[in-house]
Amino acid sequence: MSAAGEAANPWFSWEYVQDNRGDLEQALVDHVLLTVETVLIAMLIAFPLAILAYRYRWLAGPVLGATGVLYTIPSLALFAFIAPLDAFGLTRRTVLFGLVIYALLVLVRNTLAGLQGVPPDVREAAAGMGYGRARMLWKVELPVALPSIMAGVRVATVSTVALVTVGVVVGYGGMGGLILRGFQNNFYRAEIMTASVLTVALGLTFDVLLAGATRAMTPWARGRS
Amino acid sequence: MSLAVAPAPMSTLGDAIVWLNDPLNWEGPTGVPHLTYEHLYISGAAVLIAAVVALPLALALGHLGRGGGFTVVVSNVSRAIPTLALLTIFAATSIGFGNRATIIALAVFAIPPLLTNAYVGVREVDRDVVEAARGMGLSGRSVLLRVELPLAVPLIAAGFRTAAVQVVATATLAALVGGGGLGRIITDGFGQQDRPQILAGGILVALLALATEGTLALVQHSVTPGRRRRSLLRGRRAMRTAADPA
Repeated sequence: MSAAGEAANPWFSWEYVQDNRGDLEQALVDHVLLTVETVLIAMLIAFPLAILAYRYRWLAGPVLGATGVLYTIPSLALFAFIAPLDAFGLTRRTVLFGLVIYALLVLVRNTLAGLQGVPPDVREAAAGMGYGRARMLWKVELPVALPSIMAGVRVATVSTVALVTVGVVVGYGGMGGLILRGFQNNFYRAEIMTASVLTVALGLTFDVLLAGATRAMTPWARGRS
Repeated sequence: MSLAVAPAPMSTLGDAIVWLNDPLNWEGPTGVPHLTYEHLYISGAAVLIAAVVALPLALALGHLGRGGGFTVVVSNVSRAIPTLALLTIFAATSIGFGNRATIIALAVFAIPPLLTNAYVGVREVDRDVVEAARGMGLSGRSVLLRVELPLAVPLIAAGFRTAAVQVVATATLAALVGGGGLGRIITDGFGQQDRPQILAGGILVALLALATEGTLALVQHSVTPGRRRRSLLRGRRAMRTAADPA
């Protein structure tokens, strides 16, 4: 029986996928929604913050310092800080809040680096052509910083896909829920592996899509790198 | 410190402090000192294994000037792999769950930052210096060991710091799949719906991560020659592959 039991616990099983299609689809949808919401909310906060830190130079140091410290804190500890708050608890909001913080940090850092990397002569040329501050930002500085900003969006998205799994501690971990269920269900290897592979595939899919979007958004940079 | 990170309601925070002051939580195999020791032991072993694998490979690739694309691919793909997935997969192998499976899974995640930084460190060495060394009749091996390696030490230290901080953070997750370390306090807290314990565990884990980061930043600083320190803090910062949240 033990030998048969060993053999009956394969890492890959198409039967598992067919029998659990509903659970897999549900987990995948949850995972995608958590990721997309996280990155969108993080972008809404990060872009204005980075632009502020770019405008007011004294802000850049504290903003980057704070991001560095927060980034060092493990996700499980961050969820442990958020979950005990009455407004959060064991809810989806707790996961979202924690993930937004991490995504925020990458986005702020890359956006700021992109803006600071705009060559001074480009800015001077735009100023010489009569561009005001706002128009310079929209028409010159942000487009020039776009590759760096998009690189940040890609890193933030891929790390978010991986981090969502940790949300399982508060009960909302997308594929992480299946990974842990497989572990607790007597090391159900097919479940652990299928959910893991799908998570990695999801992250890489987002990465490829965003790389394509970056190419489409920066036609002038094509063929250069 | 903890207040700045999480404005918890005073009652929970107060209870967390009570938890931290309870001598019972500092004794035995589930006490804070033993779990901290276990956490550091797991992390140290993982980083050591990763260094043994990654550093010779990175030095060789950097010396030969090959495999730049390879190191980039390794670090990109590793970002997409959830730590929890790898920890669980290793725990479900015949190695069995527990600290050994954890150490191997964590070592896998420590390889990319060590590899990338050491590779870049060797590649970044001024070509003129390498040419001069060759001109003086040094063999390829001597160039690597006596010129490129010493000059790459600051970036190797940077990679070591990134890897170690990431491993200490990631080791927390081992508790979810039967491993040891400080993460246990948090996962047990979640299991028992014990808010003060959850928060106390969070504080301990965060402190350990920050202490590791601070200590290794000092180490990195001490092995970086004076003139490069400033550039290390500013422009060069970008060279250091940033850690992924864990």
